Amino acid sequence: MDLRHHDVLPTAAERSAVDALLGVEAGDAPPAGFAAVRDARTLLLPALHALQSSVGWVSRGGLDYVCRRLGVPPAEAFGVASFYALFSLVQRPQAFAHVCDDIACTAAGAEKVCSELERKLGAPASGHAKTGTAHEDGAGHGPRWARSPCLGLCERAPAALVTIAGAEPKDCAFGAATASRIEAALAGSPPRIEEAYVASSGPRRLLARVGVADPASLAAYRAHRGYEALARAFELGAEGVLREVTESKLVGRGGAAFPTGRKWEAVARATARPHYVVCNADESEPGTFKDRVLLEGDPFAVVEAMTIAGYATGSQRGYLYLRGEYPLALERLSHAIESARAGGLLGANILGSGFAFDIELRRGAGAYICGEETALFNSIEGLRGEPRNKPPFPAQVGLFGRPTAVNNVETLVAVLDIVRDGAASYTSVGTAGSPGTKLFCVSGSVVRPGVYEVPFGTRLDALLALAGGVLPGKTMRTILLGGAAGGFVGRDQLSLPLSFEDTRKAGTTLGSGVVLVFDDETPMVPILRRIAAFFRDESCGQCIPCRVGTVRQEELLSRVVNGRSTLQGELPLLKDLGQVMRDASICGLGQTASSAIESAVALGLFEDER
Amino acid sequence: MNESSRGEVEFTLDGRSVKAREGETIHAACRSAGIDTPTLCWAENLTPVNVCRVCVVEVEGARVLAPSCSRKVEAGMVVHTDSPRVRSSRKLVLELLGSSVDMSLSTDFADYAKRYGAEPGRFGPRAQPSAAGVRESALPGHHEVGDGTRAATVGQPTKVDNDLFVRDYDKCMLCYKCVEACGSDAQNTFAIAVAGRGFDARIATEHETPLPDSACVFCGNCVGVCPTGALMFKAEHDLREAGKWDESKQTETDTICSYCGVGCVLTLRVQDNKIVRVTSPSDSSVTGGHLCVKGRFGFKFVEESPRAP
Amino acid sequence: MEEAQVILLWGSNARETHPIFFHHVLKAVRRGAKLYVIDPRRTPTAEWSEGWAGLDVGTDIALANGVGRAILDAGLENRKFIANATEGFDAYRATLERYDVERVSTITRVDAELICRMARDFASAERAMICWTLGITEHHNAVDNVLSLINLALLTGHVGKWGSGLNPLRGQNNVQGGGDMGALPHKLTGFQDVEDDVLRSRFEAVWGCKIPPKNGWHLTEMFAAMGRRELTALYVIGENPAQSEADSTHALHCLEGLEHLIVQDIVMTKTAEMADVVLPASASWCESEGTVTNSERRVQRVRRALNPPGSARDDIEILCDLSSRLGYDMKARTPEALWDELRTLSPMHGGMSYPRLEALGGIQWPCPDESSVGSPFLHGRLWETPVRGPRAAFHPAEDEGPVDKLTSEFPLRLTTGRRLDSYNTGVQSGSFAWPMERRETVGIFPSDAARLGLRDGERVRVVSRRGSIEAPVRLDDRLKPGLVFMTMHFPDEVDTNLLTIDATDPRSGTAEFKAAAIRVEKVG
Ligand SMILES: Cc1cc2nc3c(=O)[nH]c(=O)nc-3n(C[C@H](O)[C@H](O)[C@H](O)COP(=O)(O)O)c2cc1C
Ligand code: SF4
Ligand code: SF4
Ligand code: SF4
Ligand code: FES
Ligand code: FES
Repeated sequence: MDLRHHDVLPTAAERSAVDALLGVEAGDAPPAGFAAVRDARTLLLPALHALQSSVGWVSRGGLDYVCRRLGVPPAEAFGVASFYALFSLVQRPQAFAHVCDDIACTAAGAEKVCSELERKLGAPASGHAKTGTAHEDGAGHGPRWARSPCLGLCERAPAALVTIAGAEPKDCAFGAATASRIEAALAGSPPRIEEAYVASSGPRRLLARVGVADPASLAAYRAHRGYEALARAFELGAEGVLREVTESKLVGRGGAAFPTGRKWEAVARATARPHYVVCNADESEPGTFKDRVLLEGDPFAVVEAMTIAGYATGSQRGYLYLRGEYPLALERLSHAIESARAGGLLGANILGSGFAFDIELRRGAGAYICGEETALFNSIEGLRGEPRNKPPFPAQVGLFGRPTAVNNVETLVAVLDIVRDGAASYTSVGTAGSPGTKLFCVSGSVVRPGVYEVPFGTRLDALLALAGGVLPGKTMRTILLGGAAGGFVGRDQLSLPLSFEDTRKAGTTLGSGVVLVFDDETPMVPILRRIAAFFRDESCGQCIPCRVGTVRQEELLSRVVNGRSTLQGELPLLKDLGQVMRDASICGLGQTASSAIESAVALGLFEDER
Repeated sequence: MNESSRGEVEFTLDGRSVKAREGETIHAACRSAGIDTPTLCWAENLTPVNVCRVCVVEVEGARVLAPSCSRKVEAGMVVHTDSPRVRSSRKLVLELLGSSVDMSLSTDFADYAKRYGAEPGRFGPRAQPSAAGVRESALPGHHEVGDGTRAATVGQPTKVDNDLFVRDYDKCMLCYKCVEACGSDAQNTFAIAVAGRGFDARIATEHETPLPDSACVFCGNCVGVCPTGALMFKAEHDLREAGKWDESKQTETDTICSYCGVGCVLTLRVQDNKIVRVTSPSDSSVTGGHLCVKGRFGFKFVEESPRAP
Repeated sequence: MEEAQVILLWGSNARETHPIFFHHVLKAVRRGAKLYVIDPRRTPTAEWSEGWAGLDVGTDIALANGVGRAILDAGLENRKFIANATEGFDAYRATLERYDVERVSTITRVDAELICRMARDFASAERAMICWTLGITEHHNAVDNVLSLINLALLTGHVGKWGSGLNPLRGQNNVQGGGDMGALPHKLTGFQDVEDDVLRSRFEAVWGCKIPPKNGWHLTEMFAAMGRRELTALYVIGENPAQSEADSTHALHCLEGLEHLIVQDIVMTKTAEMADVVLPASASWCESEGTVTNSERRVQRVRRALNPPGSARDDIEILCDLSSRLGYDMKARTPEALWDELRTLSPMHGGMSYPRLEALGGIQWPCPDESSVGSPFLHGRLWETPVRGPRAAFHPAEDEGPVDKLTSEFPLRLTTGRRLDSYNTGVQSGSFAWPMERRETVGIFPSDAARLGLRDGERVRVVSRRGSIEAPVRLDDRLKPGLVFMTMHFPDEVDTNLLTIDATDPRSGTAEFKAAAIRVEKVG
């Protein structure tokens, strides 16, 4: 392609970071021929990460170098880089903090942390700066922190992520954040890693190894029944695996609750080749952290389950798309993949079965929307993370335009027990409509926030009791079920059985398993506005109903917060916005952007606040 | 495979049973059936991006509405193009668009707004336009929280960085047409792309480089497809600024470009015996509606070179 | 075009010279077509290709023969087509004996592997095309160049069917149309031979006058005749030979020697400045009515959108009036009447009435009558068994290399070309507000520049056997060692054609713009 590049050069550090990823043999020359350029595009996101994590931002020279190496038009690369919150196109210090001010953290005092940081470190990053060229000295300038949406550490709210760029980048995410802990982390002494609190009632299937087996040891994984499921899968044959998964009535845990067996079968039967498997580990729904706990606590399980998915769907290649804000999961997964490869559990002829499969780990870069499956494909492909219109569905036209089975982390891990012990064993717990167990992310005003594994059909109050109930001295006011895209339920709904069918009947959703408890000291309209702000910030901006609708929805709530109008008076507008976003948006983000807010209004929960 | 060898499918459109070619969009089937469907981001010479959502229709059994411009007809589908849900969505889409973007030069928009009774003013008075460079430097995932009393817009100053065309992104509805025309649908130059995210998403060159320093080759194909007047030939822009743009005095004539042997069809728009805009019909098999810099802007030699006496 | 699976762009920088044609090429590429670009320079066009064959200037025939040989060696020739529809294959095969891929690789400096790959892809594709432009025709052996490409198409049967064939890209707007209309020394309208008495008499009957029964001179012969003072009066319509001819010193000298020069043009060209009489014309494409024909033989209407300025008049009006003053009143005086008269004389235009041209958005000839919608491709008859009409002949062509030989005194090869924003001598494109910087430069490969001690931007003198010019250096790694590139867009600034050679192809009359031997020296 006859691209026009600029005359700005990368610094030595930028060049070597990109060369380390892309190799140096080819020199500066882009891939030859149109097809080769097209194939190289998928390396754009990793290359941008290489720049960001080596020098702390994406400079003009660095970006241009990536464009030359990959044959990507500079304007498109800029369009991609400017899509992601973790990439800075303006100069930044090498050590930088992302401080969560999302719902769970706000309820836990994030604003206090932010105002203290502002006093100590100055104002947060907020745009209004020009892109620039890097200097060889690499010294960073500019704001040292920014606010962030949910970091998936809600059980330890308030949370922060600190990134330290360099030849050996060091990132860490931690909870119980205070201004001084953040400052210490910026200075290079991060807090000690804490493992998440997990508990269960009934059989531990998904959490069987979490906190039990060393996540860094393949031997420990195998000692705890690891790779029995894959061996069983090879006995069953691909058709047998498909049968078991279908009969288990497993449905997806990523939010859409689609039957996994049907999805896999559609991919297995699709005639176009190759097929792909994608593990959606982009977990960014506010209030959700269950996938993180699995990824950090049982990384080999994810690798094994993806291998089984590959076997069943006739795919030889899997992509694991991990959200960019999970440094610990990144480290443990990379290690698990390498160990599995070294142990002959990935690569050619796995366990002597003749089946070949490998996994590529891809890091997201701060975009909730990339959890939407088709946006995720675009992100892997090196395009902007904009969702595609459906149909066609991923099982027909997915990653790189090929049939693709995309599944949530928890869905995949659930497959292990199904294959190893059979569908019948799996359906022995849970309800008729929702067999098996489910992970819930319990956070907010409860005694023991954490990830809980309970059989489907467990009542909401029983789950809360397991978590120790509401904090002493506080009264529960409402629970956000299913995340920002879910809905609020009232105190009178505590007997609700947690299953897909019962929540649907009650007009709410399990979503991604969020159970976020608010006590009556938390003002709710600002929480609603924060939810509205989240959707505004995370909208990809493609379609008008969502791009503008989320803005108008936030403006509306701001008026209420500021006493410029009343919720009551805004209801017609709120309803209209909800309708157009739900009916006319391209993807689930816009379609659900008003659901939590509308549910809160419907509950009449906040009338006392205006 | 050529078009006619494809099969036909039968489906129900607004209560009537109609036949359509397999693979045809609902929008195309509507056109054959004489149903006028509003569209803003669709164009016959570009790949549908289905982002404006003004063309949505109701497909029975589907949870949400479908964009007719890209959704393909399936046998047995039952489609409503004028149900209350459809009318309400179209109205709201037009209101949201009109409240955030200056759509004053789009006659299609004005017609649709009238048809659906859209009132873009209902979200409150418009916010002040931003100063130059502000929208361009937004941080993805961040915005300034206001008090909600003014409706945010994409308002900003016009970019004038060359003598051939201007970019007034105050009028940009983000239909992606220019990006497609500059990119893989026609020109394959990729001088512009969508940058930023959410409400801050915008059309940009890399690092907002002025066009003359960007990859732009000044083919003007982006201008040719822009439905809102956000991209406008300088000649037209200057006449409008001076208050001299007068459509009643204009003619349009098709002729053939005088440069190379490709023979592109040019539509010359003329006011006061001066060419004020050059486009190409999007159904021309030679050009597909696209031109190069010579055909698009090379006319000035007729007007400006000293002519033979 | 968009359906082709393999496209060879031979000597064509279509990305810049035929951008809208290239849109169609890119559509094909995006559908998976393989594009090969054969050009001494790694042009923007070549950047889109699967393989760039950067051959040495003037070795096109050798390369084409090498490709042909590689096809034969791989047994990929289309034997059925050759047997059914062609003649002269044995002679062609015999010629190819001398063009084994190794030797061709040495002559052309193109990788043997690439030659074989290109041959294999081209021959085994179901639908493949060869397109060429000036890179092929601006050589002294232009006709042989073209024939060598036709041979490849015949060898593989890539002619006369959808998505296949040979496609010369015309450099100028109505070159094809000029030919169609009989603006050739040996043809009447519709490519009918002047020297054919039957055909000629049909024209004479309609026009009611005699037509000289002998072929005329082509351009190069005219200049030769001017040189001999045999041609003393010249009527130039819409051309600028004072600047556009290769070896412009010689051309100027010839024009100065004329007794009478009439120029009919829209602007005051350098040629017009020399004229005894200047007839101001309206710009045909936007100030008058008529038709033009593009490279795909599509006849399209041009229309009046502007009123011509001052005393400028339509070419047709001028010619009719002139004819009347000379004592012959043309019957048809309006564009449409003339066109309708022409349709009665030229069978291939018979069905192209103005209303039909309008309705169909142009028609590709031949279109003999009003029931025909024109012909998207020619030579379909070659696929009939037995073939209807004459067989298509192979014309073996031999490699000769450029006339202007490289020597130690003139060790570098200069080739010329166009850039996207400009056009030929810049008469048309020179005046619009092009926002990007432009001026004439001398493109030199970095290692050559280093050897000569030249820096980017430094002014140098370029000397050929015919003259010398000065311009700044531009380092260009898209060239090859030994190759120098200049455009010819800025003749008032730098007259590149002072350097080029006017050796012409005896058959077509096109000059060798593409291959002058030069040296580059520091100024001062
Ligand atoms: C805005 C949006 C964000 C999403 N984020 C995630 C996510 O982070 N993780 C996830 O597994 N699914 C997410 N999904 C759902 C996916 O699109 C998809 O349905 C899921 O990955 C399918 O896997 P499953 O069938 O195993 O649930 C999201 C959907 C939307 C609309
Ligand atoms: S609904 Fe929102 S996030 Fe989804 S495609 Fe539309 S603009 Fe993007
Ligand atoms: S003029 Fe052409 S190259 Fe420039 S931005 Fe528009 S479409 Fe792209
Ligand atoms: S500039 Fe025009 S064509 Fe481009 S996205 Fe905006 S409105 Fe559409
Ligand atoms: S980590 Fe802050 S809300 Fe989830
Ligand atoms: S016209 Fe269909 S979405 Fe815009």
